[in-house]
Amino acid sequence: MSDFAFDPCDKCEQMMQPYLDRYLTDGEIREAEEHLNGCEYCRRRYRFEVEFRTFVRSAVVEPMRPELKEKLRALRTPL
Amino acid sequence: MFTEQAATVERVSDTSESAARQLATGARDRVRFEEEALDLSDQVYGVARRLVGSREEAEDLVQETYARAFRSWRSFQPGTNLRAWLFRILTNLNIDRGRKVQRTPDMQPLEEGDYFLYNKLEESTSDGNPDEQRVVERLSQDDAVTALADLPHDFRDVVLLVDLADFTYSDAAQILDIPIGTVMSRLHRGRRMLKRTLAESAVEQS
Repeated sequence: MSDFAFDPCDKCEQMMQPYLDRYLTDGEIREAEEHLNGCEYCRRRYRFEVEFRTFVRSAVVEPMRPELKEKLRALRTPL
Repeated sequence: MFTEQAATVERVSDTSESAARQLATGARDRVRFEEEALDLSDQVYGVARRLVGSREEAEDLVQETYARAFRSWRSFQPGTNLRAWLFRILTNLNIDRGRKVQRTPDMQPLEEGDYFLYNKLEESTSDGNPDEQRVVERLSQDDAVTALADLPHDFRDVVLLVDLADFTYSDAAQILDIPIGTVMSRLHRGRRMLKRTLAESAVEQS
């Protein structure tokens, strides 16, 4: 089976997460980037993925109450 | 005899001085350790808040984490990753609590490919060629919180450590005491489940 057996966009979809996590080999990165450079369909989805990660992170963050911070400081060993 | 005694006294005071110095160094190290750990408390709370169902529980969990960390500070090896060490205490305590508030259904949510969410959002826009920024703006913050809470806990643990706390795959593997391959598969599947849930809520609302 050669690589031609795969749809390059399917392959790009599968590589997207490890690519964004910087968890690919140099060869795989080159392959992913070559495809992304030439494919508007995947490039859109790549840009969405970047936006989506930022969105999730900011959506689920809830700041800590200052009272808790004080309680944690009180747990320190007395000098 | 007199000289001998004097020498002994000197030796004794030498020893106690060096002991005092050691104690002072120990106290300094401990203060530094505690301050460095406290500097990470926003991140610890951020993950704790999403590990459990309510703010109160998250606050309890974070306090337990710091109490244990300060108690067992000697088991931390200086120069190693303090952040990972703290998060290991956090995730272990959460597992020890028996994950009492189990909001997770037994059934695993279905997952689709990585492009699924974008495809769904694109399909349901009137504009055939939306820009990515606008597509993301259609997602609701509350839905993201709920979708994350609905992930099975094994998947959520990994997603939180990597996507919220920015740990590498191998740090996450060490924190959770699971193989790196398991981290990768849970992470990728967890993210897809999250996207599927969000896609459903977004399409329902439009």
